[in-house]
Amino acid sequence: MAVKDYIRKRFFPHMWCPGCGHGIVLNALLRAVEQLGMSKNEIVMVSGIGCSSRISGYVDFHTLHTIHGRALAFATGVKLSRPELNLIVPMGDGDALSIGGNHFIHAARRNIDITAIVMNNRIYGMTGGQYSPLSGYGTLATTAPYKNIDHDFDVVDLSVAAGASFVARSTTYHVRHLADIIKDAVLHEGFSVVEVLSQCPTYFGRKNKMGGAAEMMELFKKNTTPIGSKAKKENPELTERGIFVRNEIPEYCSEYDKIIEKAGGQIKERL
Amino acid sequence: MNKNIKFIQGNEACVEAALYAGLDFFAGYPITPSTEVAEHLSSRLPQIGGKFIQMEDEIASMCAIIGASLTGHKVMTATSGPGFSLMQEALGYAIMTEIPCVIVNVQRGGPSTGLPTSVGQGDVGQALWGTHGDHAIIALTASNHQDVFDITVHAFNMAETYRTPVVLLFDEVVGHMRERFFMPEPGELPLVERLRTSVKGGVDYHPYLPREDGRLPMSDFGAEHRYNVTGLFHDMWGFPSNNPGVVHGLIRHLMDKINNNVHQITRFKEYYLEDARTVLISYGSAARSALHVVENRRKRGERLGLLELQSLWPFPFGLVRKKCADARYVVVVEMNMGQILQPVRMAVDPPEKVFLANRIDGVFINPTDIRNILRLIQGKGM
Amino acid sequence: MGKPKLKEHIINRDWCKGCGICIHFCPKSVLELDEQDKAVAVRPEDCICCRLCELRCPDLAIEVETEEPKDEAGNKEAGSKN
Repeated sequence: MAVKDYIRKRFFPHMWCPGCGHGIVLNALLRAVEQLGMSKNEIVMVSGIGCSSRISGYVDFHTLHTIHGRALAFATGVKLSRPELNLIVPMGDGDALSIGGNHFIHAARRNIDITAIVMNNRIYGMTGGQYSPLSGYGTLATTAPYKNIDHDFDVVDLSVAAGASFVARSTTYHVRHLADIIKDAVLHEGFSVVEVLSQCPTYFGRKNKMGGAAEMMELFKKNTTPIGSKAKKENPELTERGIFVRNEIPEYCSEYDKIIEKAGGQIKERL
Repeated sequence: MNKNIKFIQGNEACVEAALYAGLDFFAGYPITPSTEVAEHLSSRLPQIGGKFIQMEDEIASMCAIIGASLTGHKVMTATSGPGFSLMQEALGYAIMTEIPCVIVNVQRGGPSTGLPTSVGQGDVGQALWGTHGDHAIIALTASNHQDVFDITVHAFNMAETYRTPVVLLFDEVVGHMRERFFMPEPGELPLVERLRTSVKGGVDYHPYLPREDGRLPMSDFGAEHRYNVTGLFHDMWGFPSNNPGVVHGLIRHLMDKINNNVHQITRFKEYYLEDARTVLISYGSAARSALHVVENRRKRGERLGLLELQSLWPFPFGLVRKKCADARYVVVVEMNMGQILQPVRMAVDPPEKVFLANRIDGVFINPTDIRNILRLIQGKGM
Repeated sequence: MGKPKLKEHIINRDWCKGCGICIHFCPKSVLELDEQDKAVAVRPEDCICCRLCELRCPDLAIEVETEEPKDEAGNKEAGSKN
């Protein structure tokens, strides 16, 4: 199937700003799904609220556009009730790790087979550029006019600590790498986190004098490096990209099937 | 002895009824006095191939059951006041997206942490107006375990019929008390199953276009129709719309499908109302004491009657007006500051003849409490 | 497998928002913005069909259509017109 057969063309051009990194994530995600040869009927995309979450309206899967921060909780209900479906949950940084932080760590802890894509543009874009838990110390935002004194999470460290069995990072500059990572994440059985460094030229870029979309992507190129590279040893400030964790540990829905067996129940027929 | 006779808690009767109605997915979070519902289901559901999950909080529990309902399952969660507060946003989402689900609130004393192990009925108003925006909701209640069973089955049937969340407002006394209960046989109570679309794959399916009878046939997530579900105002395909006509039409549909069917939804019981000069109106465990008073007074020849409401929302204004038309006094018996008193006053003419007999201190309202109020109202030295 | 040969850049002008990402990162400076701020291929003959413009376009507005070379098994390669 061609990439454009996976989208709802009638809603294009989409509502994201010119140069928004989220469109590139959509682009890479579609290519990953296409390369995996997945059928549209086997994918459920669940999203929350924010710029990133509008992605679910554009893809021709089963799509559930929910409430702020809770996408993973809805996705847990969908997945556990019908484990044969593939769950993809794209989230913004605020959606995933501020209001949704609790659901994020608990979905990771359960190791339920859901692919969480954190589209990290370090800002609340939908509401006009307020600082998020990933903006970082010293950045500027409409609610941090002097400077932001909140420290940020490291999404990878947080996910690993919470027990996610697949944790990876890529950027909107490294598009081929990004599509490959998403493929691996979708294929992984267990909770997968893909952090994508994504640009918001409209708010984060402009407020922090980082230039336009292309200049922000140049920064992703300049400031990131493959995991364990020589460059990282020479310059510890660089952000690593690649797959940090890929563990084979029991997946939640398969574990629940064992509970059903133990209770003497019959596992209901799959689709 | 009849093997269908059990001696169980109200929370267990609710569990039995939910399973009888076809529940096969439950998500919840422990909270007194509802926890037994989760405990029993964690053991019962896997025995029938169903799923139980203890989520990280009540917000997540509500969200998880909505997700599971979308894949075609009958779903429920159970909580008490503080947890019910946390569920309100997702409850509104289920109303907006028309996803069938049942929420049990075993009420305790509130507000805030309140009286976790004591009885209260203070969440009646919240069940209707807890979530933001214009909407309608179905909230049901019961005063004994047999009725808990029947009303829980009714809740699942209403959720499926109107594609809406249904709130079961039980209380600590009904939830924790043990009493004799007869387990109905399969088939004894009618069940409403999920109405699925007959539209074939490849044909344009409108998930949000009501049929002529107002019902919306669903397609399970994972089945052949792919569509969008959103809490934004949406068109008949489920896609966001801010077209004023679409917005107006959807909000009217959400209100009308409940409010225009108040007769189908309403459940009540009546005792000695035919010639009653004083009508007690009560619900939940409070109705047990009200019934006790009525029966005692009847023995002494006094014309007292009881209207026990089992559906609180949509409020049965017509029913209450009719049943109270000939009454000299109407006394609402409830364990809050008058949350049902207010709609009763709106229904009854003149409203001045409606009084409140309540108790709000975490102690179960007893017949003496009601008698004391009656003495004041009736001006008698009894 | 032979090198893919460019047939055409298909640019959806309704979807292009003129962000300039494709232009900035094109290794051969094939693309430019026109007077309406839409991407156009002004030097298609220089295109090496790396598809980075297509992959990085946030608006899904560019497709690099190539002549369809046959692989060893004689199958058509993916990636042409949708």
